[in-house]
Amino acid sequence: MSDAPAVKKKFSEKGLEFIEWLLGRYPNKQAALLPVLRLAEEEFGNIDNDSVMLAAETLELSPGYVWGVLTFYTHYRREGDGKYLLQVCSTLPCALRGCRDIQHRLEEKLGIEAGETTEDGLFTLKKVECLGSCDTAPVVQVNEKYHENLDIEELDRLLETLRG
Amino acid sequence: MAEIKPEKFEKVLTKYVDQEGSASLDFYRGHGGYEAAERVLKELKSDEVIETVKDSNLRGRGGAGFPCGLKWSFVPKDTDKPKYLVVNADESEPGTFKDRVIMERDPHQLIEGSLISAYALDSHICYIYIRGEYYDAFLAMQKAIDEAYEAGILGENVLGTGFRLDMTMHRGAGAYICGEETGLLSSLEGKRGLPKIKPPFPAVEGLFRCPTVVNNVETLSCVTHIFDRGVDWFKSIGPPEGPGPKLLCVSGHVERPGTYEVPMGINLLDLVNNHAGGIWKGNKLKAIIPGGSSAKILTAEECDVGMDYESLAAKDTMLGSGGVIVMDNKTDMVDALYNILRFYAHESCGQCTPCREGTGWLQKICGRILHGDGRPEDPDMMLDLSKKMCGRTICVLADAAAFPCESIVSKFRAEFDEKIAAGDGHERTVHLGGPLVQPGALSAHNQERLDELQGGH
Repeated sequence: MSDAPAVKKKFSEKGLEFIEWLLGRYPNKQAALLPVLRLAEEEFGNIDNDSVMLAAETLELSPGYVWGVLTFYTHYRREGDGKYLLQVCSTLPCALRGCRDIQHRLEEKLGIEAGETTEDGLFTLKKVECLGSCDTAPVVQVNEKYHENLDIEELDRLLETLRG
Repeated sequence: MAEIKPEKFEKVLTKYVDQEGSASLDFYRGHGGYEAAERVLKELKSDEVIETVKDSNLRGRGGAGFPCGLKWSFVPKDTDKPKYLVVNADESEPGTFKDRVIMERDPHQLIEGSLISAYALDSHICYIYIRGEYYDAFLAMQKAIDEAYEAGILGENVLGTGFRLDMTMHRGAGAYICGEETGLLSSLEGKRGLPKIKPPFPAVEGLFRCPTVVNNVETLSCVTHIFDRGVDWFKSIGPPEGPGPKLLCVSGHVERPGTYEVPMGINLLDLVNNHAGGIWKGNKLKAIIPGGSSAKILTAEECDVGMDYESLAAKDTMLGSGGVIVMDNKTDMVDALYNILRFYAHESCGQCTPCREGTGWLQKICGRILHGDGRPEDPDMMLDLSKKMCGRTICVLADAAAFPCESIVSKFRAEFDEKIAAGDGHERTVHLGGPLVQPGALSAHNQERLDELQGGH
């Protein structure tokens, strides 16, 4: 059996301190997997194969196991995602209040379809299920922030701001 | 039925949420916060706390409506294992956004309720599992927990009583199924969020195979107010078999969507017309889903009903998570159902065949009706399929897809039949997958290799 490939990424000093704290909060290392994947997402911008290897090494899990867990969840930023992840809520309460127009406008303005990333790597557009903000529908989550009660004008302004 | 008059009803869960600084410990303590917990920890035995909650008839606010005190009483007393309290803050039932308000604007009432509950259960470790998307709520909760540790409300010596409680925020990452309590526990253990077969129930063997109670955010917040204002106060609000203040989330075609704190049992039409400002744009009401998208739909004629567990059960639907989704007369019910079915097909964890296949097929059949390719037998097939999905799976996600399907197809049958009749009758089955075996369908690469192999002999 060959040696496992070397992990290129490293968590920062602060990250390692946080992991130490985390491990004190659970009776085993495996339970810290979701928070450690979040940490990787925060420190490296997204989760790629190397982040999976690093999380596996850190928590003494197999990379295959970590990959299996990671791919069950849809909210982690993955390799290839743009700088801004635009997540358009498309579930019923948002659909009743016009989220389709929001999605179409984004597709038109960005020249991509839901699930794709713009060539400049700035935007990834995702159609997601209920964001739990139905009273302020339609809603788009941009990275961590909710943008609520959107209409086309508001949406265009948001894109302009993000483009800088 | 003991009903509290609306003018007498006083909000407690959302009383302060509109005020500046309502999330801070100073604000909370300035309004009597943690006094109830201090009294409970100093004056009551854990059994007395459980008995009080049982007596209050507090029922779970997350969806299933299970009596809270009864759930607690299932936790074994004579065990060497640690006991866990897990707060279900994975609010993800479509149409539900109430727990977010509590966590962002008044998080200490949740900490206080959790503290009282942990004391009752003799639990020293509490996890709050919050959906990954709720980042602001996560930060607000974490800040409140930090403040509570700093002030000696959490940690080694809670409020100077010697009771110990550690509380940890744990973020999910986008999976509806993690709101199901055993799916949540799997996720908290660092696994894929797969629900587990019951029994054993979590109260006996839950998180890390130890006794565990999982309660919803609103349920635990109610515990705070039961001990602050008394059981009699709680029971005086709404129907006695499931009383208390209730957060209802109104969304869809209303003038003022929002979270409304109302007495349990409020009339649904009163809620929609008076609190939420009525149907938008002067349109007419067509239908309401009263308890999150898993609940069976009510037609406009059926909406004169009390918003409580029993009254809604009498109408063959449920209070569920309190997500009231309102649809006006312009709503295309085939389209609405398709949206719901897409959600469940997307969120099925795939463990159980009736759910994995059933949700997928319901979406596909509804989709072909929507897109003009429906067949006359499709509505009956959807009803038959819905019936056969129920009660045959590890968790109730299959039922949650079947309930809206069965109720929308049967109550709005004409719309389905019309769409099918108006379709072009073209037999288009391509998007449902071609024949399973396609003779001669080897790729060019494989065909070449095969030819080589055969040529070699």
